Amino acid sequence: MSPRFAVIVFPGSNCDKDLLWGIKNIAGMNAEFVRHDATDLSGFDAVLIPGGFSYGDYLRCGAIARFSPVMNEVRRFADEGKPVFGTCNGFQILCEAGLLPGALLRNTSLRFVCETAQIEVANNATRFTSKYDPDQLLRLPVAHAEGRYTVTAEELEQLKANNQIAFRYAKGHNPNGSVDDIAGVTNKAGNVLGMMPHPERAVETLLGSDDGLPFFASLIDSLAA
Amino acid sequence: MSETAVKTTAEPTAEEVRDTKIYLGWSMTDAEYERAVGMLGRLPNYTEAGLFAVMWSEHCCYKSSTPILKSFPTTGPRVLQGPGEGAGIVDIGNGKAVVFKAESHNHPSAVEPFEGAATGVGGILRDIFSMGARPVAVLDSLRFGELTAAHAKDVDRNKFLVDQVVAGISSYGNCIGVPTVGGETEFDSCYEGNPLVNVMCVGLIDVKDIQKGRAAGAGNSIMYVGATTGRDGIHGATFASEEFGEGNETQRSAVQVGDPFMEKQLVEACLDVIHNHNDILVGIQDMGAAGLVSSSAEMASKAGTGLYLKLDDVPQRETNMTPYEMMLSESQERMLLCVRAGHEDEIKKIFTAYGLDAVTIGRVTDDGQYTLEHKGAVVADIPVRALTDDAPEYHLPDSEPARLKGLRAVDASAASLKITNPSETFLDLLASPTVASKEHIWHTYDSQVLTNTVIRPGSDAAVIRVRDTDTALAMTTDCNGRYIYLDPEIGGKIAVAEAASNIVASGATPLAITDCLNYGSPENPEVMYDLKRSAAGISAACRTFETPVISGNVSLYNETSHEAVYPTPMIGMVGLLEHTDHITTQAFKNPGDAIYLLTGPQGIRPDFAGSEVQKLTTGSIGGVLADVDLDAIAATQRALLTAIRAGFVASAHDVSEGGVAVALAESAFGFDSASGDGRENPQAEVLGVDVTLDLDDPLLFAETVGSFVVSVPAGKVEQFEASVAATSPEAAATLLGHVSDDGMLNILTNGDGIRVATMSAKKVWKESLACLLN
Repeated sequence: MSPRFAVIVFPGSNCDKDLLWGIKNIAGMNAEFVRHDATDLSGFDAVLIPGGFSYGDYLRCGAIARFSPVMNEVRRFADEGKPVFGTCNGFQILCEAGLLPGALLRNTSLRFVCETAQIEVANNATRFTSKYDPDQLLRLPVAHAEGRYTVTAEELEQLKANNQIAFRYAKGHNPNGSVDDIAGVTNKAGNVLGMMPHPERAVETLLGSDDGLPFFASLIDSLAA
Repeated sequence: MSETAVKTTAEPTAEEVRDTKIYLGWSMTDAEYERAVGMLGRLPNYTEAGLFAVMWSEHCCYKSSTPILKSFPTTGPRVLQGPGEGAGIVDIGNGKAVVFKAESHNHPSAVEPFEGAATGVGGILRDIFSMGARPVAVLDSLRFGELTAAHAKDVDRNKFLVDQVVAGISSYGNCIGVPTVGGETEFDSCYEGNPLVNVMCVGLIDVKDIQKGRAAGAGNSIMYVGATTGRDGIHGATFASEEFGEGNETQRSAVQVGDPFMEKQLVEACLDVIHNHNDILVGIQDMGAAGLVSSSAEMASKAGTGLYLKLDDVPQRETNMTPYEMMLSESQERMLLCVRAGHEDEIKKIFTAYGLDAVTIGRVTDDGQYTLEHKGAVVADIPVRALTDDAPEYHLPDSEPARLKGLRAVDASAASLKITNPSETFLDLLASPTVASKEHIWHTYDSQVLTNTVIRPGSDAAVIRVRDTDTALAMTTDCNGRYIYLDPEIGGKIAVAEAASNIVASGATPLAITDCLNYGSPENPEVMYDLKRSAAGISAACRTFETPVISGNVSLYNETSHEAVYPTPMIGMVGLLEHTDHITTQAFKNPGDAIYLLTGPQGIRPDFAGSEVQKLTTGSIGGVLADVDLDAIAATQRALLTAIRAGFVASAHDVSEGGVAVALAESAFGFDSASGDGRENPQAEVLGVDVTLDLDDPLLFAETVGSFVVSVPAGKVEQFEASVAATSPEAAATLLGHVSDDGMLNILTNGDGIRVATMSAKKVWKESLACLLN
């Protein structure tokens, strides 16, 4: 039995189909959509939270989505040590839900930015990054207006001390002004990861990069272990 | 106009409507009013007069342009749906079809640029998914006034408009999750008071899922879905059918406000119904211009039925709305469904799951009447045909514009340009906002969501792959208004030819076009001349390139205080790539690759009338626009496409604004690391060219239509030349030199030539627009 993946769909999610395509059609896993009002995640081995504009991102990115019924289950799922991954709006939701430290503010440019960013693997000892080489340089798309990762100075020290920084923008390629060039972080336990770049947009060479494939391969590998 | 001031209690009586001629304020003429009276056999009441006025507005019924639109070729072996529905449809094989259309949102964007542009995106998306298709790409064709104080009346206002229009598109498109993959942005002082915002949307559909906007079957229900109805956008259609004068700034009540989140839910809910519950859906249509009345009357007209609507049941976001207001509101994110009787609850259940309202507001009848009930009384009772099929149609007079004589007398020879330092002219051209990189703009558009985008903005055409097949779609928008201003008919030909060249350069076969015909007031015979002649040029080119017109939109009255924009028929073209292996970009790939100039039999000609270099060096445009040989251009395109498919071509770039010199430079600029081309050469930052052209310096900037800069791997040079010769004897492939690795643009001519470092030229090209806008 290959592991089962849940792709959470909030009203306004718009990378849900991309994430499902990546994990199901490209990586060949069992995966299905789970609605925002679902109250049961039993039977799933991993939860993926897609990008988009949940609830229109009105009020604040991810601020409304965190109150969706399914988030109680996602929290329980994470507390059980099972893997939860959020990209872009998914990262914002995980921060708003308190499953990850920090917050995502408006880009310093005050503009939406869509580009293929240069990303550095900051920690390849996570269950999401084990298939990458240490310090490997990746080309991963970013597309967001609120991607400036922010934490307090103390939290930043803790992130570093606990090896929670999984990805950084390469020096000189920080597209949004994130503190310490942080592009993705894990929780302390290492089973929840959020990142602004979109690994699911980098799984086919035809579309410009397949540097996201090892990300999903790492996660799949960790489930088999 | 003061729509919001319409009293809800004391509407004018039918006699008062007649005596006060209130309809004149709705852009309805006395003759049209009399026509309505004749059709009803009585005086229309206030509501009915309003319905006539809006349904007979240019924006809804194209009364001035219909005779011209009828001259377009609209059929072809692949065309599944031509003009007349929400969007046109073309078969692309594998049981799939591409659905596309473009629409203008010029007037709203002039007054309220953010919302105007945003709702332009929202509106065209609804046209696409109302056909049953999933929107997969958006392109924007934008025209603004100049960005330098020397050439603009109000440069800050122009910058503000660019900023806000781009922000509006970005806001709506990014949120709804449809990639913005291409388009064009040009600047000219004629657009200062009246910017053009044309949005094209492309959708994909399985042929079996194609929907029609029909209200058929007496007794079936008319259901209203989506957002509630407010007072926004009342008379938006007539607003779009008037020219701007001083004071239109106050017409903000006619501009709608968009909610992309609501629309995202609406797309998913409607596609859910279409894909999974098609047995209970009879027809579906967008509530666009002229909102409820237009969508419902058209649905009835197409089915030859009547409608009985109960307006008390229309979901309203404001209190005390009158029938007039409800029918004419252009509140966004609303659709109208015709549902088989007895299945209303099923529809309601689906929409509820997406957090949306679905309300039955009436039923289909067989009496052919358009009947509205409000508060227990019939408030309108008009034959459906009177509102739709029997709308007036005008054959307006035309006369040759006075400007043409003067323009033809202008010297547009190479000598007139007075080019003394070609390298300097070259850099100035790269910095001109029309030529300069538009990255500053498209950087703010999500161009990759839905994970199908192979070629992002910045090449000749954008390309998206078609899942579950080996095929891909190329798409582009094009129009050089300057050419049409100089010669409408030749300019019309060039617009289509340029679009086809963009499509072919990406490796695709042109399939069909959509258009947005942006002109001034049709009552001006000179504008009618422009419209007729450019349409004739477009038609001729569409026949040559076998690209029928499958959808489109007409936007007239693009004038400010009697100054019309350049006649600007935007052409949106879609092409089919048989295999993703054929996808080609304009970027050079490898040092050592041979560089060819592929042209018609006459090579590069001294075509400077209306060119960017003429504008730059003389400050204005003029001269006799050279006619184009459409057959020779088609033959050249065929030669290129054949060579691309055979695998002989590394890059191809259409020669347009700025001529061969700019085309060579743009190919050398390639894509930097941020744009993620996927075929990117790590050395792209340092590529150069070593070429020699047997031409005088000014010819480097000539915009000879139907020419290409092509690079060919060194080992395939002979095959490439043989292929071109065998495919099209009319085409000429001239070897210019090769792609170099010394980072220099080294262009030798019979004169001084150009010698500039690639990176310094690229810096000018890349940063110019951001500098001008900041």
